Amino acid sequence: MTTLFERIGGEAAVDAAVDIFYRKVLSDDRVNGFFDDVDMEAQAAKQKGFLTMVFGGPNNYTGKDMREGHKNLVANGLNDSHVDAIVELLGETLKELGVADSDIAEIAGIANGARDDVLNR
Amino acid sequence: MTQLKFKDNVFTVSAGDTVLDTLLEQGHAIPNSCRAGACQSCVMQVTKGNVPENSQKGLKDSQKAKGFFLACSCSPKEDIDIQLVDTEQLRISASVSEINKLSDDVIGLKIKVTDEFEYRAGQYVTLWKDAHLGRSYSIASLPEKSEELCFHIRHVQDGQFSGWVHNELQVGDALSVQGPAGDCFYTSGHPEQNLLLIGTGTGLAPLYGIIHDALKQGHTGEIHLLHGALNPTGLYLTDELMKLAQQHSNVIYHPCVINAEKSTIRNLTEGDISKIALETVPQPKGWKSFLCGDEELVKTLKKKIFLAGSNMNDIYADPFIQSK
Repeated sequence: MTTLFERIGGEAAVDAAVDIFYRKVLSDDRVNGFFDDVDMEAQAAKQKGFLTMVFGGPNNYTGKDMREGHKNLVANGLNDSHVDAIVELLGETLKELGVADSDIAEIAGIANGARDDVLNR
Repeated sequence: MTQLKFKDNVFTVSAGDTVLDTLLEQGHAIPNSCRAGACQSCVMQVTKGNVPENSQKGLKDSQKAKGFFLACSCSPKEDIDIQLVDTEQLRISASVSEINKLSDDVIGLKIKVTDEFEYRAGQYVTLWKDAHLGRSYSIASLPEKSEELCFHIRHVQDGQFSGWVHNELQVGDALSVQGPAGDCFYTSGHPEQNLLLIGTGTGLAPLYGIIHDALKQGHTGEIHLLHGALNPTGLYLTDELMKLAQQHSNVIYHPCVINAEKSTIRNLTEGDISKIALETVPQPKGWKSFLCGDEELVKTLKKKIFLAGSNMNDIYADPFIQSK
């Protein structure tokens, strides 16, 4: 039985997804305001970590990191609608890359699992 | 909150503060210039404890192994003991071999280094007037072409270093060089890839080096060079760059200004350089871009070029950070 991470292509899939996903995020007026002042390379590295996690790959993310990392954003208005938008953009990215619908659903499930930590509740 | 031991004194580093902030506050004279992790003026050495990885960015592996780090980008996560580095050993001496005026406020400075010096065109070094005053400049020359290093130095209003270079420095004078650093240079392996080179002001210096490096290595893809300034007097080396474009069919030179006034420069485009760039190359997917000069503009261009389809890994940015 292969894992989700193996099925979608492992680290190579992360590399393929990161530019597409980040470009979508920066182009989307619902969420791009949160990324105005960030360093693009540092942010791309974080996106890579995020994608690895939701693809079920090896990662060191903890709920505490998620809470700490998004604390200021929550104070600036980050809410469920933004998480919804990110999950949607993630789905579009994966569809473009030809990932199966069932795998996309599983990935969305993992992303949604981090929702409460991200929103600090 | 962490503690810092320096010269037998223990200081507390407040959360978010850097080692440099803390030591300067305490009245210690620590050489520094850009305070942004670029010029390496504030290099120090940790003798006990560990420093965050980001504070060693840009240093050589051998220097990292010795515990060297940049005080301006080090917010320690644990208690550390630190000391100053004998910066003399990091610098090599040089002498001025040529000074020529490139425009109203830019001079071309050529220096001869006394020791072997390895670098890539487009990287930068920190030039030192003396032990305390240093500034970073990009290298416009090619290592293979001559033993001299060439820089474009703009006279910054009230600039301590550029004022000295413009008003006092003479052929034969001594100065010292630290570096090089930076990854904004031509890499071989894809001679057919199209290149987009965009620079404002003396952002032309690294691009001038990169374009010559690319040609020397037999680059066959298109090379578009956009040089921007507020007005035509801010452009320089225009005749030489036009000649270069005539000699190489794959080189296209685009002089750009915000206000063209009554200039007679051929092919001059008037307008916002980031707009002109994306009109010149609407689909930068697959292109390699080099962006040099004004910090804000480089940031804007980087984002626009990425959003227009370029891979992030294909964008090299060298924002010029003004020293305070």
